[in-house]
Amino acid sequence: MDILIVGVGGQGTLLASRVLGKYALDKGYDVKLSEVHGMAQRGGSVMTYVRIGEKIASPIIDEGSADFILAFEKLEALRYAHYLKPDGKILYSTQEIMPMPVVTGAAEYPQGIEKKLTGTGVDALSLALQAGNSKAANSVMLGALCKKLNFDRDAFEAALLSCIPQKTIDMNKTAFALGYAAVE
Amino acid sequence: MKKLLLGDFAVARGAWEAGVKVAAAYPGTPSTEITEELARYDDVYSEWSPNEKVALEVGIGASIRGARTIVSMKHVGLNVACDPLFTASYTGVNGGLVIAVADDPSVFSSQNEQDTRLTAVSAQVPVLEPSDSQEAKDFAKLAFELSEKYDTPVILRITTRVAHSQSLVELCDREVPQGKPYERNIPKYVMMPANARVKHTVVEERTRKLSEDSNEFAINRIEEGSKEIGIICAGGVYEYVKEALPDASVLKLGTVWPLPYKLIEKFAKSVKRCIVAEELAPHLETQIKAHGIAVEGKNIFPLCGEFSAKLIREKVLGETCEVRAENVPARPPVLCAGCPHRGVFYVLSKLKLNVLGDIGCYTLGAVPPLGSMDAVVCMGASIGMAIGFDKADPEAHKHSVAVIGDSTFIHSGITGLIDAVYNKAKVTVVILDNRTTGMTGHQNHPATGKTIKNEPTYELDLAQVCRAVGVEDVVTVDPGNLTALEQAVKSALANEGVSVVIAKKPCALLTKRLYKGFKVNEKCKKCKACLKLGCPAIVNGKDGITIDVSLCTECGLCQGVCKFGAIDGEVK
Repeated sequence: MDILIVGVGGQGTLLASRVLGKYALDKGYDVKLSEVHGMAQRGGSVMTYVRIGEKIASPIIDEGSADFILAFEKLEALRYAHYLKPDGKILYSTQEIMPMPVVTGAAEYPQGIEKKLTGTGVDALSLALQAGNSKAANSVMLGALCKKLNFDRDAFEAALLSCIPQKTIDMNKTAFALGYAAVE
Repeated sequence: MKKLLLGDFAVARGAWEAGVKVAAAYPGTPSTEITEELARYDDVYSEWSPNEKVALEVGIGASIRGARTIVSMKHVGLNVACDPLFTASYTGVNGGLVIAVADDPSVFSSQNEQDTRLTAVSAQVPVLEPSDSQEAKDFAKLAFELSEKYDTPVILRITTRVAHSQSLVELCDREVPQGKPYERNIPKYVMMPANARVKHTVVEERTRKLSEDSNEFAINRIEEGSKEIGIICAGGVYEYVKEALPDASVLKLGTVWPLPYKLIEKFAKSVKRCIVAEELAPHLETQIKAHGIAVEGKNIFPLCGEFSAKLIREKVLGETCEVRAENVPARPPVLCAGCPHRGVFYVLSKLKLNVLGDIGCYTLGAVPPLGSMDAVVCMGASIGMAIGFDKADPEAHKHSVAVIGDSTFIHSGITGLIDAVYNKAKVTVVILDNRTTGMTGHQNHPATGKTIKNEPTYELDLAQVCRAVGVEDVVTVDPGNLTALEQAVKSALANEGVSVVIAKKPCALLTKRLYKGFKVNEKCKKCKACLKLGCPAIVNGKDGITIDVSLCTECGLCQGVCKFGAIDGEVK
């Protein structure tokens, strides 16, 4: 299974890939993850590749070949939607983060993104605030992803909790549950 | 036991298993995590050196004294370390000396896209190139063996995609080889003309012998497949080839310099079409062709950017897969919300100054709306360029500044400042002192007062350094205080000599606090003055100007530019 995780640098895409990697490894699969560190992490558009299977060669996912996209921001979901296979699905946060060209007035934030995406939107920011802090949005999205992909909930949640600081466990557990309940 | 490891961590693990005793580096994406990981091992001495040249010199000394040593850097860091590298090739080693160098095809986080293999050919240093994390670990260990066996430093070349991908690695125990006793050996280690002349012939013979022996190295292997197409490849490209052309014959090279020509010749003869697939320079192709072996290569593949399985299919088989990407606004990286550099670039932009920039997060000061940057070249170059501006145009100093980060200033800015004083230049230098090496992910440096292991050490006082080299006009300001900052910059520009303004405030990401975020109140007149800050947390949306609480770090800079008191919140 090829999963593309996209978002805005600093949103926690690296955490999401680590959780997926740990879960797949615990389930006995071969895994390759590929990440972006450095300059793009400063508020730029970022993507992380997660490939899970019996034997994985290339760590990157080509356009038109992803089974699933997990998007932490709506515009980023649209930017990378062409990475999906024809029957691929996308799960996206409805959060909007204005890119600098929009802030400066050089471009406009696209309207009607939902209509262009085949997939499910989650109001991760509101659910995260409900759980305690906006930073928990990535745990909300991971909860929703777990449900969407029919992952083993206990094992996936355990993988998440092993990757975060001890003092934020309660908040992230709540966020994960809210995300899990938010999708069909 | 198998573990999912980042390529960089796997290099570190391999070095540790090989009994490495000393590790030195200057941080540089994508190589930084090698030394960060080595710092976690108590049985390895590790350090952040002020720059790559010093790091390699520490490595050479440790090697001569008998320790297995690893020195890590990014491709452009190797330029800084070239002076010791080219002669360490002559002296050879005592304890194994491995130089891990990370190249950045596609320029994810660098100022150029150079190819370390070409430098290695000039320096006559052998190069190993792993394809994934398992090989990163295995090759690191092998590199130490080869270094000692052939009496040479060995470069372990990785690329961003190998350095920053995670894959499974089988872990082994640490085996510390028997210590190598140190003995004074003047002909070997003292490179003066009489000795260097002799050593040059030794180096030429070493390269010839390595090339010959590498025909038998297990890491250079033929994977037999269809005889129609044979691909010669190494490193990360091997994985794309296996994905794209599972049936092709493949010659996988683990040594990318010097080359196993007999093996290559045998392989090339065994297939109808022999193609070299390599990112960046046509290094393998040129060397192979110079040896009289006919291959294809850059006639079908690009010289720039990283490859993918899709690209291999397209260029080798002519298969194209059209996908339509949506036309959406770009999202370039920006200075983070709360970044202490923002205030500086706001002021420089407001004063419409020419800005000679440097390497670090603050290179993002070039991005609109701040857009305050005239030139960025390499680590430490800002100060030298400002001197050049002054010498080329006697009026330039009145409206030009050099900006340089704290870590970059220590890396190679100090010598530029000495030049400015010595040669009576009129320059203003703004040191952006955010108390860390920011862009590479927050490493300590000599002015943080902490070692790589967070142990307390002497804290270099940047203001004192500036005064010591002869700068009389040195002031330190808080870049969160825009009025004081503007005053300091204006005063420095008016000085007909060398001035240094130290804008000192810790990186916003160093604070791990959770923030509630500021709020815009009803007094907002939508004048958009705050938008000139280029803060990603300030949003100009359909509901007017708002603050994204998920990004705001309550730095208060926006309150400093708002004339209407329209932003609520308290700076803590």
